[in-house]
Formats: sequence, structure tokens, C-alpha cells
Amino acid sequence: MSTPLPRALMIGLFGGIAGLHVSLVGIVNTFQTRDLIADIVTIGSVLPMLIAIMVGWLAGSTPKHLPPASRSSTLLHGAAAGTVVGLILAGLALLVNSVNLTWILVNARPQLAEILYFEQGPGLGSVIIIGGGLLLGAAGAGLHLLPATIARSVAISGIVTIIAALMEPFIGAVLRNVELRAIEGFLYQSGGLTVQGFILVFVLVAAGIYGWAKRGDRAKARVAAMPPDRRRAGKLIAFAVLFGILLLLPQIVGQRLSEVVGTVGIYVLLGLGLNIVVGFAGLLDLGYVAFYAVGAYTTALLTSPASPVFNPELPFWAALPFVILAAAFIGLMVGAPVLRLRGDYLAIVTLGFGEIAREIFKSAWAQPVTGGAQGILSVPEPLPFTRDPQSIYYPILFFCIIAAIAATRLAASRVGRAWNAMREDESVAEATGINTVKYKLLAFGLGAAFGCVSGAFFGTKIGVVFPDSFNILVSINALALIILGGMGNIAGVVVGALVLVGLPELLREFAEYRLLIYGVVLVVMMLLRPEGLLPSRSRRAELHEVSDGDDDDMYADEAGIDTGRPVVSS
Amino acid sequence: MTETMERAGSAQVVDALLQADKVTMKFGGLVANRDVDFVIPRGSIVSLIGPNGAGKTTFFNQLTGMLEPTSGEITFNGKSIVGRTPYEIVEMGIGRTFQNIRLFGAMTVLANVMVGRHVRMKSSWWGSLLRLPAVRAEEEDTKRRAQELLERVGLPRRYEEDWAKNLPYGDQRRLELARALASEPKLLLLDEPTAGMNPGETAQMTALIKQLRDELDLTVLLIEHDMKVVMGISERITVLDHGELLAEGRPDEIRANPAVIEAYLGKQATE
Repeated sequence: MSTPLPRALMIGLFGGIAGLHVSLVGIVNTFQTRDLIADIVTIGSVLPMLIAIMVGWLAGSTPKHLPPASRSSTLLHGAAAGTVVGLILAGLALLVNSVNLTWILVNARPQLAEILYFEQGPGLGSVIIIGGGLLLGAAGAGLHLLPATIARSVAISGIVTIIAALMEPFIGAVLRNVELRAIEGFLYQSGGLTVQGFILVFVLVAAGIYGWAKRGDRAKARVAAMPPDRRRAGKLIAFAVLFGILLLLPQIVGQRLSEVVGTVGIYVLLGLGLNIVVGFAGLLDLGYVAFYAVGAYTTALLTSPASPVFNPELPFWAALPFVILAAAFIGLMVGAPVLRLRGDYLAIVTLGFGEIAREIFKSAWAQPVTGGAQGILSVPEPLPFTRDPQSIYYPILFFCIIAAIAATRLAASRVGRAWNAMREDESVAEATGINTVKYKLLAFGLGAAFGCVSGAFFGTKIGVVFPDSFNILVSINALALIILGGMGNIAGVVVGALVLVGLPELLREFAEYRLLIYGVVLVVMMLLRPEGLLPSRSRRAELHEVSDGDDDDMYADEAGIDTGRPVVSS
Repeated sequence: MTETMERAGSAQVVDALLQADKVTMKFGGLVANRDVDFVIPRGSIVSLIGPNGAGKTTFFNQLTGMLEPTSGEITFNGKSIVGRTPYEIVEMGIGRTFQNIRLFGAMTVLANVMVGRHVRMKSSWWGSLLRLPAVRAEEEDTKRRAQELLERVGLPRRYEEDWAKNLPYGDQRRLELARALASEPKLLLLDEPTAGMNPGETAQMTALIKQLRDELDLTVLLIEHDMKVVMGISERITVLDHGELLAEGRPDEIRANPAVIEAYLGKQATE
């Protein structure tokens, strides 16, 4: 691995194995049904191409301890790695074509070879695969030769464009919904982008990212230089516009997408609560689902006529305050015994709590109250809002906004600073005068309160509460979305929920591979951008050793909400 | 060893800000401090010296509540601090810095000082949620005071929004000092405040400590190895050795004390 060429070949080998994997688990076949550019390139055939590009990019990078490579050797290494990927995939195609392997690998069908050969037959196809690997590998390595901002713009734009093609059914529906058929016709055609749509999206996104990277700082400086009252006015207008869009959202996106938006909203609420515990106070809680469950069950108990023993049949809104109190109480109960634990120990204990909570709700012992495995049926709607996705969206939105404001204010206060200090160094925080016990309990209590409101809406939205809805995946999802979005940052939570909850809901046709893709996304994110998509300032400072002045700045402050910095109210 | 003890000074002390009586700290079979008597007169600068492993830091940690003495009594301003938590002790008026700088690295310089003022603030979590006028006023006030403190310890204003961990070493020491001062301590405990500094920085830090004592009516206790600093700044010096009190007195008395010279100072200090 010390000399570049063997290293490049090794990377190519790994890329080839990734390609084999992606092909044989059936991802290529599944994505074959969707076009990137209508009738020209399918997304299935783009996947091996992406692998070749990434492999080239990796092979073209120079390890830190070596002197920078020349242009030609960078391209050569990329091409070499890409060729290895091409050879391996060509081998796979040949194998699939000549031997029937479907009895062991169901996806090793001749159809797979066809995709890999670009439907050109084995002869020409093999040339295309290997030559394509070579060229794409070189292209990937070529990204290193471009200025960093351009390379980054191109790479991100490529990903965004693929997602835009994948989202065709939904973006198309939205465009039809708001009577923009002309745009839809221009961009999309039979399940993919049109040629002009592909070019337009790619160029616009790349230009936007590049422009922001180049000019964003100047724009920010200009905003910062504005007189405070004007800046305030600008901020207000921006928020008003955003609020207006959010209010009209269900009408814009239509019935089906509203359903997805509602689910995302519930997870945003969950994420905002967990963010207080993990992101602000630094207490790794892996059993957060317990509060979600308590919220849903308390709501069901207090409101449902089908609640087994105790059924006061309160209206949803009358029950909500009790739900919040109950969850905050349970938050304190869970928090109190684990206060002395740090880091990993806390994580394991809370993990246990989460599982215990579900088992209790499910148990025969609790059945008279919770309905056991059958759960509680007939949870009423939050009148005057109904269960209709376009209606229940509004109360969820309301609580998301309340939670976001609450989290922002707390972060920028004495309390937020205390949490921040505690997260960084607990014993120093204590020696600086912070009652860490009190602030840990506060974080648990507030986090629980947010989580239970989320659970309450989950219960009322689907109308039934089953114990198995509250499995560990909810905790993991909530944690993953705040890590992916950017720990400690409110806008990051929203982005994380959109990516980790929204996208999979939209791409149900690929649900089989959801966890696989999920895993890959998390691994890649942690390697390339451990601070998340929209990190808080302090989080970035923690994860970047030397300074915060690196080129990652282009995303950094878009969020406008910062947790690491004391309030500078103007 | 008791015969060699110099107790002449303590009899004259009238007004003790902090007083330790027969403080003993045992870790299992190991006795880190044995029957240490110790007095810090109000308004003075006192140094605690001794060879490595003499129990200085253990003693220090009992003053800040990180450790609780096995036996003995420590009173601060007439009240016992034994059994109190570190944050309660900060609230009573004892601030500290650390031997190996321990700032909140990923918080801004200004935020580090503002955290230091935590115990003097009253805003509750719900007040912060509602952003009550009193909370906003207190926040503004805290910010202003923090800026004043930064100025006082000699950190330029342009550093305010920088990450604490990005400051140069000497400035990190100053920032730690500002954070400790933000809690409005009556007694400031400094654990080797000039460790790792060059002679120029050391002289500046020494001058700063004296100046802060005079301007803020502080009482200062330092642990320090640099004898030049200790002799130049201290009004009284306490020497620990093997966990026990070896000597106590004015700098000139300590410098001339044969037991201290043998255990710790060596010949150089007498020259």
C-alpha cells in the first residue's frame, strides 16, 4: 500500500468487490426500472459507473505522507483502478452469461449481464465495460486536478441530479399539482429526466454550489455589515416566506406526499428532543424510544374508548399536558439512576431501558392496562384536525416550530452553555460551578417531553398503539438522523430527518435495500464529514483539529442557527 | 519532623480566609496528606510547594471539593467546606485553574468566560425558554462582564469569537484565569500558573496575578515549582513533604530553613 500503483490496484479491487456486491444483491436490477435520462441511461447502469468514478477518485488521491503526484500519474492511477473495476464486472457479466448461477445467486441472471454490457452483446459490451472503467476511473482521479470548489460542485451536483431523477414520480406530481405542467414536461419523461432536464438540473445545482462557495462568504459579510434593524427585518422576511411555504406545503405536495411529510415531522420532533440529550448535553441515550412509547401509550390510555381499564376518554388536546408531565416524570426517573454513568456505560444502560419499556408494554402483566401485544385501538383524532395527512400536518408543524424555538433559545442561554461545558469536560464543568446532576436531569426531562409529544402524534396519526412500533430501530433512526444532519444543530435535525426518514419513505420500491444503503450512507458520512451535513459551529471545532477556517465552510452557517456561540442579541 | 517545623508565622495570623485543621487524606493504605494544618490569611498570596508526590495536588483537590478529606476540617470564610460538591464551593467563592490547561476547547473564548459566571447567574431554564426581559438583561450583563474580564487579563477583543483551543498557550492560561475570575471568587487557587512558560511570559503572569489580587481584593493560593515565582510573589509559603507539613513561614524564613533545603530546595535557593 506504500507505493501508489499497487495501492491504486488494491482500491480498484475493493471497488470491484463493491460492484459485485451491488450487482449480486440485485440493486442494479432493481434500479434498472428507473431512468436517469429517459430511454438513454438507467439508474441501474449508472451504479457501476459511480463505483468506477469513486474508485478513480480514491486512487488518484495522494496519501498524506507522500509528496504530491504529478498530473499524469494521478490520472494513470485513477485509470488503473477504474480498469480493475471494469475487468471484475466484465468477468461477472461473462460468468453470468455462460453459467447458470441463479440457483445460488438469484440475481445472477443474464439480464444483469445485459445491463452491465449496456445491451450491446458480450463482445462490444466487454469493451465498453473495461474501457468505461478506465475512462471513468481517470475522470474520478481528474477531479483532483480541478480546483477543489469546482470538483466539489460537480460531485455534489451529480448526486443531486441522480436523486432528482429518482424522485421523478414525486417532483412530477408536485409540479402537476401546482399547475406547472410545462416545467414537468421539460424536465421529466417516462420515469426519468429528459436530456435537457438532466443538463439543466446538473448545471444549475453545480453553479449554485460553486457560486455559494465563491461568493457566499461575501454575501454573509454583506449581511453582517448591515445595520442591525435591517438585518433583523431581513431575517423576519426570510422566516415569513419559509413559514408561508410550510403553511401551504400539504396543498402543494398533495395527499400522498403529505403523509411522508407528516412522518418526517414526527421524526423531526423526536430528533429535536434527542438532540437536547445527546447533542447539547452529550449524554448518549440509545433508549430514547422509551419516551416515544410512553407518549403514545399515555395518549392512548387517556383518550381511547378502547383503553382496557382506565378510559377517561379525554379529547386529545386535554390529554396532551398530562402526557408531557408523565413523560418528563419518566425522564427524570430514568435519568436519576444513570447520572453517575459516563459515555459508553450510559449508552448501554439506556439501551436496556428502551428494550425494557417495550417489553413492559407488551407483557401479560401489563396487559390489563396496555392491551399487551394487541395494543390499544381507536385512539381518537386531534380534533379539530383529522387523521387526514393534509390536516394532521398542521399540529405536527406547530409543535416542530415550538420545539425548534425552544431548542434554539435554550442552546443560546445559560442552560445551553452549561450543557455545552458539561459535554466537553464534565469534571471541569463541575469545578467551574455547574451542578451537573441538575443539568443532566434537565436534559433528560426536556428530551423526554419532546419525545413524548412526538409519540402522542404518532399514536393519534395512525389511531392504534402497538408495542412493536417502539423497537430499537426508532432510537437508532433518531440518533442517526441527528448525527447525519449535524449534532447540536436544529436545521441539521430537519435535514437529517428528510434524508433518513423522508427519502426511504419516498423510495419504497427500493425498500429491500433500505438498510444496506442506510449503512453505506452512514459509513461514508462518518469518513468524509463526521460533523454531519449542517453541523453547529462548536461541533465542527471539536472534530476539526487545527482551525475552523477550512473549505468545509461552504455549508456551515447556512443554517443560521448556532448552538456553540453565546447569544449576541442585537 | 515536628521539631523542625517553623510555626512562628501562624500565631500572628488574625484573619484567616481559609483554614485547614489536621486534614488527612488516605487512599486505601496510602496516606497522601497527614494532619496538615494550613492557613490562608485574607488578602494574601500564599504558595504551596514541595517535591513531586508530596501531596500538594491532593490537598488542592480537597479545597475544591474534588476530594473529601478522610478526616480533619476545612473552613472557608468561617464555613465548613468538607463534603460540599465542587460547584457549591465555587458558589461559596473559591475559583481555580488547572495545571494542564483545561478549557472548553470547542466553545468560544467569550463563552468560556460566560460559563465561568454560571454560579452568579439566576436565569432558569423556563426563563430562558420564554426569553424573559430579566433573562435577556442578565445575558447582556454577563457578556459585558466577560468582555471586561478578558480585557483585564490582557486578551484582545478580536479573540472573543475564536475557539478557545486555537489560542496560543500563554493566552489559554490567561483565559483560564478569566474563567475562574468570572465566578467572582474570594479565593483563587492557581495550579502551576506559569508551567510551560518562558521567562518573559512568566514575569508577565506573575505581575498579572499580583495586580489582580490588588484590584479585585483577592486572596491567592498557588502551587508552583518555579522558585523565582514563589519567592517573588508569595507573602507566605507552606512546604509539604511526604504528605506532611514540613514548614510554614515568610519566603526568607523558608529559604533559610535547613529542613526545606534538604527536602526540596537544594543549595541553589540559598545562594
